[in-house]
Amino acid sequence: MTLWQEYHLPATVNEALSLMQRYDGQALFVAGGTDLMLDLEYGNHPPVAALVDVTKIAGLNEIQEEGDWIVIGAAVTHAQIESDSRVRRYGAALAESSSVVGGPQVRNVATIGGNVAHALPAADGTIGLLTLDAQVQVCTRTGDDVTCEWRPLLSIFAGPGRNNLAVNQMLAGFRFRKTGPREASAFDRIMRPQGVALPILGVAARLTLDESLTRIANAAIAIGPAGPIPFRTTEAEAVLTQAPRFDEAAVDAAIAAAQAQARLRTSKHRATKEYRHEMIAVLLRRVLNRAVETAKTNVE
Amino acid sequence: MTQLTLTVNGRKHTLDVPPNRYLAEVLREDLGLTGAKIGCEEAECGACTVVIDGESVVSCIYPALKAQGAEILTIEGLAPEWQAAQSPISNLQSQQNGRSERLKLGDLHPLQEAFVLHGATQCGFCTPGMIMQAKTLLDENPAPSDDEIKHCLKDTLCRCTGYKSIVDAVHAASEKMRSGEMPPPKLPETVTPLESIGRPLHRPDAVEKVTGQAMFTDDFQFADMLYGATLRSDHPHARILEIDASEALAMRGVHAVYTYEDVPGDPRHGLVENDWPVFAGGQYPARYVGDPIALVVADSDELAHEAKKRIRVEYEPLPVVADPVYARQPGAPVLHPDRPTGNLLKHIKVRQDDLSQAFSEADVIVERTYRTPRTEHAFMEPECSIGVPAGFDDPHYGKHDKLTVYVGSQIPYSDRRQVAKSLGLKDEEVHIRGTVMGGGFGGKEDITGQIHAALAAHKLGRPVKILYDREESLRVHPKRHATIIRVRTGAKKDGTLTAVEAELYGDSGAYASLGEKVLTRATTHATGPYVLDAAKIDCYAMYTNNAPCGAFRGFGVTQSAFAVESNMDILAEELGMDPLELRRKNAMRVGAMTATGQVLRESVGLLECLDKVEQGIRDWRSEIGDSLATDQSPISQSPNLWEPFTIGTKRYAWGVAAGYKNTGLGGGAPDKAEAEVEVFPNGRAEIRTSSAEMGQNLIGVLAACTAEELGLPFDDVSVLVMDTDRTPDGGPTTASRQTYVSGNAARLAARTMREQMQAVLAEKFDVPPEVIAFHEGLAYVDGERLAKVSNQGTGNGENRAVNGSNGGPRARQPLRSMTFAEAVQTMIDEGREPKLRYEYWAPKTQPLGTGGDMHFAFSYAAHAALVSVDTETGEVRVEKVITAHDVGRAINPLSLSGQLDGGVVMGIGNALTEHYIEEDGVPWTEHLGQYKMPGIKMMPEMTHFIVEHATADGPYGAKGVGEISSIPISPAIANAIYNAVGVRFMALPVDQDALLLAMKRGEKELDRRWGDPPPA
Ligand SMILES: Cc1cc2nc3c(=O)[nH]c(=O)nc-3n(C[C@H](O)[C@H](O)[C@H](O)COP(=O)(O)OP(=O)(O)OC[C@H]3O[C@@H](n4cnc5c(N)ncnc54)[C@H](O)[C@@H]3O)c2cc1C
Repeated sequence: MTLWQEYHLPATVNEALSLMQRYDGQALFVAGGTDLMLDLEYGNHPPVAALVDVTKIAGLNEIQEEGDWIVIGAAVTHAQIESDSRVRRYGAALAESSSVVGGPQVRNVATIGGNVAHALPAADGTIGLLTLDAQVQVCTRTGDDVTCEWRPLLSIFAGPGRNNLAVNQMLAGFRFRKTGPREASAFDRIMRPQGVALPILGVAARLTLDESLTRIANAAIAIGPAGPIPFRTTEAEAVLTQAPRFDEAAVDAAIAAAQAQARLRTSKHRATKEYRHEMIAVLLRRVLNRAVETAKTNVE
Repeated sequence: MTQLTLTVNGRKHTLDVPPNRYLAEVLREDLGLTGAKIGCEEAECGACTVVIDGESVVSCIYPALKAQGAEILTIEGLAPEWQAAQSPISNLQSQQNGRSERLKLGDLHPLQEAFVLHGATQCGFCTPGMIMQAKTLLDENPAPSDDEIKHCLKDTLCRCTGYKSIVDAVHAASEKMRSGEMPPPKLPETVTPLESIGRPLHRPDAVEKVTGQAMFTDDFQFADMLYGATLRSDHPHARILEIDASEALAMRGVHAVYTYEDVPGDPRHGLVENDWPVFAGGQYPARYVGDPIALVVADSDELAHEAKKRIRVEYEPLPVVADPVYARQPGAPVLHPDRPTGNLLKHIKVRQDDLSQAFSEADVIVERTYRTPRTEHAFMEPECSIGVPAGFDDPHYGKHDKLTVYVGSQIPYSDRRQVAKSLGLKDEEVHIRGTVMGGGFGGKEDITGQIHAALAAHKLGRPVKILYDREESLRVHPKRHATIIRVRTGAKKDGTLTAVEAELYGDSGAYASLGEKVLTRATTHATGPYVLDAAKIDCYAMYTNNAPCGAFRGFGVTQSAFAVESNMDILAEELGMDPLELRRKNAMRVGAMTATGQVLRESVGLLECLDKVEQGIRDWRSEIGDSLATDQSPISQSPNLWEPFTIGTKRYAWGVAAGYKNTGLGGGAPDKAEAEVEVFPNGRAEIRTSSAEMGQNLIGVLAACTAEELGLPFDDVSVLVMDTDRTPDGGPTTASRQTYVSGNAARLAARTMREQMQAVLAEKFDVPPEVIAFHEGLAYVDGERLAKVSNQGTGNGENRAVNGSNGGPRARQPLRSMTFAEAVQTMIDEGREPKLRYEYWAPKTQPLGTGGDMHFAFSYAAHAALVSVDTETGEVRVEKVITAHDVGRAINPLSLSGQLDGGVVMGIGNALTEHYIEEDGVPWTEHLGQYKMPGIKMMPEMTHFIVEHATADGPYGAKGVGEISSIPISPAIANAIYNAVGVRFMALPVDQDALLLAMKRGEKELDRRWGDPPPA
């Protein structure tokens, strides 16, 4: 089966998008191909006229520190992320989530851009980014010009496996504010050893302690899958920031809020709704405690 | 076409490739570098791993054009690169990229060398990927820890080794790279070795396997080769009304489409029952979704698959039988109307004495129903067959006198019979040529593509390759039988078992395959390895519309052992008895009688196995256990070996189970193997038999037996297997029988040859034949023997005590001697054939129900598993496994360890991860990603004890080990889980989700397993 007819390796975003426009919906972006090739091979996606490879686009495979921000190109691989000292330090949840994707061979090619663009509610890298309040850079080509803008990460998801990028748009990168003093993030997930590729549940949290180191000043918590698109549990975040102090009771209340807000489902051979409900408690407790412990040591 | 320039193993290539080519295809097909293997095409198994610009990738789904301008290193380039780095002057060698050069151990990269010496390559299919992946680790981290190695090899799968030897080999390579010294493997203790027997000699094909030179079927490319693709049924049960292939046939490059109408001979095949259509259609409906309907033959694999989709089939769907219990009910649709017994393939019965009497004597009776999953062999190499027509002269592989099928098959002679029969040819007109086989485990006994490839080649006059991708492999070949087993066990207060009553339903799927045999084994072993007063066991082997089920390591015993050994632990608890004590009390021993009426006269090492495992647990408790138990009194103090302990959120406990497994076909089936030995004037010997090498190192066993008898160095014996024209029939490679049966054939062939040579030399040296000894490639008059003989008068050449290879030449002055080579020449000069065949007949057995010896040998084992259960998540992990196996004699402790590690880890898969799920006859499990065999991270720590209760007729006392290593482990795990958290799994595989919820609800017995439909 000829799954694609042409393979392009553009050098710039402009070139990439002009190719996409030329094929007018008959082409697909490919990065590491670890999701896409299987979708094509399994017939989940019909054959296309062309694949446009984004991994040779200048600048797209770099991680940069820009002032308060860490900027990560869309074609940066999970292997790059997991071993980057800046991401580990300032965006631990992302480094941790990237480090559990597949095995080393997959991480050597699979990209964070592909992980996000694939738009699964439980994609690990995505959950890591989401808790860091990351923004996504969307580049749009109109006429001969390309404009790129930063948007909230959640704005690009349309549903399970669907993003809302148009034919003349692509992801160029991500950025998040470095976690600062008294701030830290953590990620954890629960898998099953049987034949299911996706995690049963992934949870990431980013917490900022106040000066006293006993209260949460700021919280971001991402959970997947807990709805059709990656999910932030704003209710649990609010519970934590409103709690007089960070203690068992606050954690329990946050868990209850997250469980109430999450839209959990039973998915065949992957997990029951009840089990996921339990796992929110287990994982959230683990990441909250870990984030707080690290935040306490991040005092400068 | 697009131009692609890349550098592979130091050599630059520029080629035109279609834009949709994957890197693996460029390497394997365009550049002929077939070292990287294709195991799944879904980035799941890692067999295709190569290194691109210093980073490892899976090349199977890596678009080739992505590698534009890149530097690639494949397994073929590893040794040359290493040599070049060691001595830059010999850089030239790195220019020749592998293949043509035959490498020696000393030329290899330390990883390759370590894989050879540590037994980390078995079937060898995963080896190139495994080594390349490990290389990227050592490049960055010269002294990795266990955890780092596991992290690196996480998604590089191996189905044979159980990973332990792989981890050891990576450590050993690292050590060698740092210190220059390669540490030897650490192996369990065994009895004193002979010259070759009992020594950890590395497998004869190991160097080929670690360098990528070993030729698996798909690695062959013939001139003018065409490719076949098989269209399979859309329905689990349907009549085929019409097949319209006109559109496919009209495509340019499509040569033929074959259907049931094109089969010249027998339209059906089968190992035992002739019930499996070569093509469904006509009078044969499709009976499962793997049934073939048409074969397309085209210029390329891609085109054949494309054309396949253009064939229109009109089906009349028929009602589906998806459940073996339903299959037996009156009114269920009958799947094989020509069979007098309907859907019942066989009702198998064991009857021993008066059951009600025996139960009435029981103080405690335990009755439970268990379910075991349909599981998949997941050998790393998917099936491939190449048919080559008679008369075809290949520029590389030469002239083919007969219609030839290249295939990695467990039963070459049965392939030949079935191919010939369906093609309407005589057996002698077909030649099956074995290729290196990437694992079998029972899954390569039945016909898959052999008949189709032969048919197409025969008709078209060109070679035809049929390669299954993983999806097709999963869908088509027979699986391990799913069973439902109800067992009732009765015991007296003191623990003496009185009776077992059991009812088994075995789902044999659409075709018989070896279903009757497998389920007979499940039935006869359903008492467990225990002595009873009475037994009544009924098994219903049923046809359904599920995937056919056949042989799979353990051959039915895996299933009944789970039920029996779970029941034993329940019984122990009800009796208030230690589970080991209960087993010991009832264990089979010499003099005992099995439920089928066989008196065990020798070689029953079960009690010693139980003792060893107990000792193993006690040693562990005093060495490590105490340091773990931080939150309570020392573990070693507790009198109860099974008491759980807690660390963090995890609860740990040991569990134990025992098992036994017959060696050989048994049940009255004639069990024989033939071997041919030839000795050469260059001082070497070759041993030949058609028995299959699938990774288990049978070739090493055959070489060792031959070397031992001829007094030759092991390396001077070559082995040829799996070839119906050049090797005599060794019988099926199944039932743990080959070490025993073919091993004996090789041993006795070699011995007969030695005796023939002794006779010739006796005349020449003018001494009695038995004083001529063969040792280390020398034939000589042994002074000591001569003295003995002169004292006793004439000896007897047949005398077993006068073994040709005992003793060292140093101790005994060689009076007259010649080299083995000269001895062969002398024999040839005398006009004697340097070649002979030996037909070995294993001891006769009796059919079930007639009493007497149903089997000529049994192997025994006890396994103990330390399991942890995370009480927050329900996640289960096997932390440590202690085993003891009575194998009669350890012929090669290195490969024996490999069988033990591999069997244990496969058993862990059976308990924890594996389930080939079908829903109303339609597989949910379509990809390897949906069928997880254990990865390296699931490997537990393993300690093995070898028990050697020799069996009189086995070669040097040996009996089978291939299957028993995989049998008690699943129930040992289930028992450990119960001991840890008080929940007993009545069905496998374990489901963490259900386990957690059961723990929360306080349920004691859990009938939910992974793969059951979600609860309503
Ligand atoms: C064996 C295996 C294990 C895996 N394990 C995990 C896991 O544990 N956790 C997990 O989250 N995922 C896992 N995955 C899925 C996958 O590897 C990741 O989601 C990965 O990050 C996808 O990245 P990629 O570069 O390969 O994407 P691709 O497959 O190249 O692309 C994915 C999608 O994104 C689109 N796309 C890519 N780049 C861009 C761009 N710049 N702009 C717009 N669209 C773009 C593509 O068109 C495609 O639709 C696994 C996959 C495999 C094969």
